Amino acid sequence: MKRPSKLSFLGGISLLLAVGIALILHRHYVYEIPLVHGETQVVWSVEARVEFIAEDGPVTVTMARPTEQAGFTVLRQSGASPGYGLNFIDDIRPRAEWAVRSANGVQKLYYQIDLLESSYAAQPQILAPKLYSTEWQEPYRTAVDSVLNDAFSTSANNFSFARELIKRLNENEAPQHVKLLRRAYNGRLPSLIADILNHANVQATVVYGLELEDGRRRQLLTPLLRVWDGKKSEIFYVDTGLVTENPMLLWEQRGAPVLDVIGGRDSNIRFSMLRREASTYNALAENEPTQDSLLNFSIHSLPVAEQAMFKTILLLPVGALVVCLLRILVGLRTSGTFMPVLIAIAFMQTSLGTGIVGFVLVVALGLIIRGYLSRLNLLLVARISAVIVSVIAIISLFSVLSYKLGLTEGLKIMFFPMVILAWTIERMSILWEEEGGREVMIQGGGSLLTAVIAYGAMQHPMVQHLTFNFMGVQFILMALILLLGSYTGFRLLELHRFAVFRK
Amino acid sequence: MLALMKDFLISPLRLKRLGILGMNKRNRDYIARYNERSLFPLVDNKLITRKTIGQAGIPTAELITVVQVQSQVNDLLALVEDYDEFVIKPSKGSGGKGILVITGRDGESFRKASGVLLSADDLKRHVSNILSGLYSLGGTSDVAVIESLIHTASALTRYSVEGVPDIRVIICRGYPVMAMIRLSTHASDGKANLHQGAVGVGLDMKTGCAVRAVQHGKSVTHHPDTGQDLLDLCIPDWNTLLVMAARCYDVTGLGYLGIDMVIDQRYGPMLLELNARPGLTIQVANNAGLLTRLAKIDRLSESETRLPAEERVRLSQAWY
Repeated sequence: MKRPSKLSFLGGISLLLAVGIALILHRHYVYEIPLVHGETQVVWSVEARVEFIAEDGPVTVTMARPTEQAGFTVLRQSGASPGYGLNFIDDIRPRAEWAVRSANGVQKLYYQIDLLESSYAAQPQILAPKLYSTEWQEPYRTAVDSVLNDAFSTSANNFSFARELIKRLNENEAPQHVKLLRRAYNGRLPSLIADILNHANVQATVVYGLELEDGRRRQLLTPLLRVWDGKKSEIFYVDTGLVTENPMLLWEQRGAPVLDVIGGRDSNIRFSMLRREASTYNALAENEPTQDSLLNFSIHSLPVAEQAMFKTILLLPVGALVVCLLRILVGLRTSGTFMPVLIAIAFMQTSLGTGIVGFVLVVALGLIIRGYLSRLNLLLVARISAVIVSVIAIISLFSVLSYKLGLTEGLKIMFFPMVILAWTIERMSILWEEEGGREVMIQGGGSLLTAVIAYGAMQHPMVQHLTFNFMGVQFILMALILLLGSYTGFRLLELHRFAVFRK
Repeated sequence: MLALMKDFLISPLRLKRLGILGMNKRNRDYIARYNERSLFPLVDNKLITRKTIGQAGIPTAELITVVQVQSQVNDLLALVEDYDEFVIKPSKGSGGKGILVITGRDGESFRKASGVLLSADDLKRHVSNILSGLYSLGGTSDVAVIESLIHTASALTRYSVEGVPDIRVIICRGYPVMAMIRLSTHASDGKANLHQGAVGVGLDMKTGCAVRAVQHGKSVTHHPDTGQDLLDLCIPDWNTLLVMAARCYDVTGLGYLGIDMVIDQRYGPMLLELNARPGLTIQVANNAGLLTRLAKIDRLSESETRLPAEERVRLSQAWY
C-alpha cells in the first residue's frame, strides 16, 4: 500500500486548517458573528408613527425607511396599520408604502425596525442625484456668488468646499449678505447649502438622520447634508449645535422625501426608540444574510426547523473528536465506538444527572431481562428485537412511574436512543458471559465516561456557538481528527500497562 | 500525587528507549502498512485460512464438519456422533471468542475442558449463536467449524490446565520477530487469552526456551495452578515450528502476523490460527520491545523477504 508522503499529508492538514480559519474569519468579518459566545451587541428598536387626516377617499402613504449603512445593520422590520395594504419596496428609493381604498378621519400608521449597531457595517455606495439649479433674485444672487467665491478659494475639493460653506453660513458674526440668505431660507441651512452647492455644480442633497437615544419618544428627524465628490459621498452636520455623542441613524440617505401622503392632510411623523443589549446569537438568529454568495455556508439560510436539527448534527464531529482523543491518546475502551456520542446527545436532552441515572437503570434492568432471554435459546435477531421491546417497556414504565411520583424529570428518559441501548445491552451481556463482569464494568464505565466528557464538550455554550455559526470549525475538527489518526505515540493507559518495564 | 503516578506509570521516553511498540504505532505503522486489507479474510475466516494453509502443506487440526445453516443445527448430534472430543469455533471469530472445547461425554451431556457439563441443547444454542454472527467481526452471519481436539505434547501438558497451550510467533515480512507460549490457567477458563488470566511465557528465539513468565501483566515464576517452574519450559521441535510459522507469510502475503501454533502429541507443530492484529503483551512476556527488533525488518529489501523460510529463521535466530 502506497501511503501519501508525510509532506503532502501535512500539506492537506494545513490546507484544511487554512480553509477553516478563512471561513471563520469570513463569517466573523462579513456577517459580524462574534467569535466569543455571549458577546453582546446593541440593538435599536425604532418605531415611526405616521399621523394624518384622511379626506374620505383612497390614500397612499409613502415613507422612506432606513437601509444598510455605516454603523448599522438592519435586522428586521415590520408595520402595523389595520386596513392598509403595506409593501416594502426596495429599489433606488427604499420605502414603505401603505395604501387603502377609502379612509376618513385621523389615521395612525406604525412602522418598526430593529437595527444592530455594528462597526463592521460598511457604507453602501449611493448614487448622486441629478444637479439642479436655483434661480435667485437680487440681492440674493450676489450674496450667493460672494459666499461661493470665498469658500471656493479656501477649499481643495467638494468636501472641504462644503465644510467651508457650512462654516461661513454658521458664523454668529456673519457678514450682512450671509444674514440675508439665512433669513430668506428661514434658518433651513441644509437646504440653503444644498442649493448653493448645486448652483456651483457640486452634487449635494439634504438627507434626514435620527439621533438615537434610549427611551426617547416623539422625536423628529434632523436634516443633514450629503455631498458627493465623484462616487464618494460624505455626511455633514450643518447645524453645529446639533452634533452629539449619540449615534445618528440615517433614516433617509438619498435625498428623497421622508413622507409623502396622497389623499390626506396635516401629516406628521414621530419616532420613538429603545436600546437593548442582545447576544448577537439571538440578534442574528432571524437575520438571514440576503447576499446568497457561495461563501455563505450559513445554516441560517435554512428554514428554522432545519436549523434546529443541524444544531445537533453539527455537534456530532465534536463528539467524534472526543472519542478519538479518548481512544487514541488515552486508550479508553468503550462498548461500541460511537455509542457514547449518541448517549451524550441523549444526555443533552435529559440533563446530565437524569441521563446517567436513567442510562444505568435502563441498562441494568435490560441486562436482567437479557439474562432471562438468553435461557430461551432464541436466534440473535429475534433476541435483539426482544431486547428493544424490553427497553421500550422499561422506558415507558419509568416515564409513567416518575410522572405518578411527580418527578417530571423522569419523563426525559424518552430521549434515549432505544435501538442503540438495546445493542449496548446485548453486547454487554455477551461480554459478561465471555469475559466476566469486570470487563463489563471497564467497558461500561469507559463508555459512560466518554459519554460524559463528550456531553461536557457538546453542551458547552461556546462550542455550540462556534459549531453552529462557523462552518469553518468543521474543517478544523476534520484536520484535528486526521492529525490524531496519524499519531503513533503511546496511549496514556499504555504507560500504565507497560509500567512493568520500569524496574 | 506525582509519587503515586510514578508507581503506576512509566515515562513515554523510557518506553521509547526500550523500543516498546504501542497500540497506535502497531495499528498504523505495521498492520496498516504491511497487511493489505483485501488479504484480511485469509485470517479472519478460519475456513479460508484452513484451506489456504492446508494447500501449502502446513498441518492443521482435522476438520470434522462445518455447520453452515440453522437447519443443520438440529442434526448437530448426528454430525459429531463419532467424536467424544471436539472443538466448535466460529469461522470469523476473534480473540478466541465463541470457542467451545468438548473433552468428553457423560451420558447425554458433553464435558467442557473445565469439567462443566453441557446439555445437547446448550451445544445447539452455542452453534446457533455462532451462525447468527454473535461472535463474528461486525456481527455478520457466520458458520461454525467443528474440528478434532488437539492433544498437547506431553512435554507441555504439565504447564497448562484445562486447555491447549498455544505458541504465538510474531512474523514480520516473513521473519520471526518474537515468540511466547500462552498457558491456560483455571482463572482463564481453559482459554489461552492473556487478558483473561492465562500465563504468557516469553520464548528465546534461538532455543525456544522460557525467558520470562507473566500473568495479568506481572512477573511470575511458577504456574499458579500446577506449580511448575515456568522458566524450565522448552518447546520441542522449535525450529520446525518457526519455519512453519515463517512460511505462513509466503502463503498469505500478510506482512505483520501473529501466528498461533500448538504442538500435538502425535503430529508435532500444527497451525491453530492466524491473527492479523496480534497483541502487544508479548513484549511484557519477553521483557523486550518489539520496535527494536522490527526496526531491523523494516530496513530489509524486498528480495530479502523472499528468501527461503529456513534461511529467514536462521537469520532471525542470529539477530535476536
